[in-house]
Amino acid sequence: MTAAAGLVWHQLRFDVLVFWRSPASVFFTVLLPIIFLVIFQGLFGDESLPELGISVSTYYVPGILTLAIVSATTQSLAMNLTVDRESGRLKRVRATPLPAWVFVAGRVGNSFVTCVLMVVLVTAMGAVFYGVDVPTKTIPALLVSLLVIAFAFSSLGFALAAVIPSEESAAPIANVALLPLYFLSGVFIPESEIPDGVLKVAEVFPVRHAFEAMLTVFDPATTGAGFEWGNLAIVALWGIAGLLVALRAFRWAPRRP
Amino acid sequence: MRGLRKSYGSFEAVRGIDLEVEPGEIFAFLGPNGAGKTTTVEILEGYRERSGGEVAVLGQDPGNADRAWRARVGIVLQECRMEPVLTVRETLELWAGYYPNPRSVEETLELVGLAQKADDRAGHLSGGQQRRLDVGLALIGDPELLFLDEPTTGFDPAARRQFWDVIASLRDLGKTVFLTTHYMEEAQSLADRVAVIAKGTIVAVGTPDDLGGRAEEEATVRFRLPAGIEPADLPADVAGAAVERNGQLVVRDGDVVRLLNSLTGWALKRGVELDGLEVTRPTLEEIYLRLVGEEERA
Repeated sequence: MTAAAGLVWHQLRFDVLVFWRSPASVFFTVLLPIIFLVIFQGLFGDESLPELGISVSTYYVPGILTLAIVSATTQSLAMNLTVDRESGRLKRVRATPLPAWVFVAGRVGNSFVTCVLMVVLVTAMGAVFYGVDVPTKTIPALLVSLLVIAFAFSSLGFALAAVIPSEESAAPIANVALLPLYFLSGVFIPESEIPDGVLKVAEVFPVRHAFEAMLTVFDPATTGAGFEWGNLAIVALWGIAGLLVALRAFRWAPRRP
Repeated sequence: MRGLRKSYGSFEAVRGIDLEVEPGEIFAFLGPNGAGKTTTVEILEGYRERSGGEVAVLGQDPGNADRAWRARVGIVLQECRMEPVLTVRETLELWAGYYPNPRSVEETLELVGLAQKADDRAGHLSGGQQRRLDVGLALIGDPELLFLDEPTTGFDPAARRQFWDVIASLRDLGKTVFLTTHYMEEAQSLADRVAVIAKGTIVAVGTPDDLGGRAEEEATVRFRLPAGIEPADLPADVAGAAVERNGQLVVRDGDVVRLLNSLTGWALKRGVELDGLEVTRPTLEEIYLRLVGEEERA
């Protein structure tokens, strides 16, 4: 193992430890999506969605997965990085020999670990409790989509942290940015129930495209490998835009005077 | 540093300062809020770019600091809350991993007096303990030079004393310490040399004992007049210079040795006690306020 890889591993180990010891992180990122899964399945799981040709129980597995991935990346990074910045920790880390990219790799790595765990957990719950097929034929598409979505939404997390001015405003800003998109994009409400005009608006934003990519992966009617390259390309473009904003505007020093 | 300047728009925060700090020295940097203290320190730490002048810290321009330079410098910021869910030991282990040749975690715990608290979470420490953890993190890389920016602000007196012991032990390790503070006792008890900055310029540099001509200042002799003795009964030279204040006689004179000799000689001969007798020079604080005051009025 080279020195740089060792350093990334060192940082990642502690980032994972901090994440799992923080009650807010575990609740909002891990438990809340599970709670939503159980509620939605309990309320509507027996129905089917004839227009989409799948059952509601199948629909909500990629839906809740999209929520979980966005929570573990954009939401979690934006809030935690803001707290770390305003507490002076980021500025302090900058004064050590730790390269900035290793710090970033640790945080993105931690988000990715959580995403993988949530894919396993939600898929397993879907299969065991709600009779949803495990997408064995589309595993490569699942992994590639997960990779693209997780990295794009991670850079959006850094971008969001860069524009959030204070600790107090971190949660409201992140929620205002993301909550409406879950509703508009078909994550919470089956897309066959959402007017076309609303879906058109949602298509401007990346949550909708992330969900569509995941839906195809989990749809039993999917023939072929299940890659939604068009959706993934738009997600990736948002990721690049987020990266550019983060590179320009991300600050290590606290904003408070 | 030579001719260091920093402007924000048309405002000149630092207006050309020259300072040299020797290796192994504890150097205190004093000044009122807004005098350019933090700006200067942050330029030395590599956080801010300067507008003009030359700066070398450990032989290198902090404006283009590399990883090797960062490994030789430890920094304690004015304010920093550590990750609350990590224990003291875990926090030190995390930071030790950032440095090429870190000091051992156990040794650092002892040095900052947190060995008993090693397994407590940082979020459960008192303010003083958090600050000592902060110093521990600055020391974990075994730096040659340490920046401490107002390290004891908000401490109770006992916590401050404890903290001073930690800093004093750094002197024994041969570290160079650049300390900003606005507590005069802190500078007095820790620093080898002191510089005072006001309105962006250095107004005085020296040891705490002779800053601003303190050693040559007139001394003040105070004592209480024994019962039944009138000021007129005192030796002529003492009586001539004495002023009564709050029931005490206060004598200010350049030649304190001669004055004390005639006062104590007289007291012995008369067989009287001189209650509350003391000789003082202006405190560092008085000198500091005078220096800063002159600059503010100018």
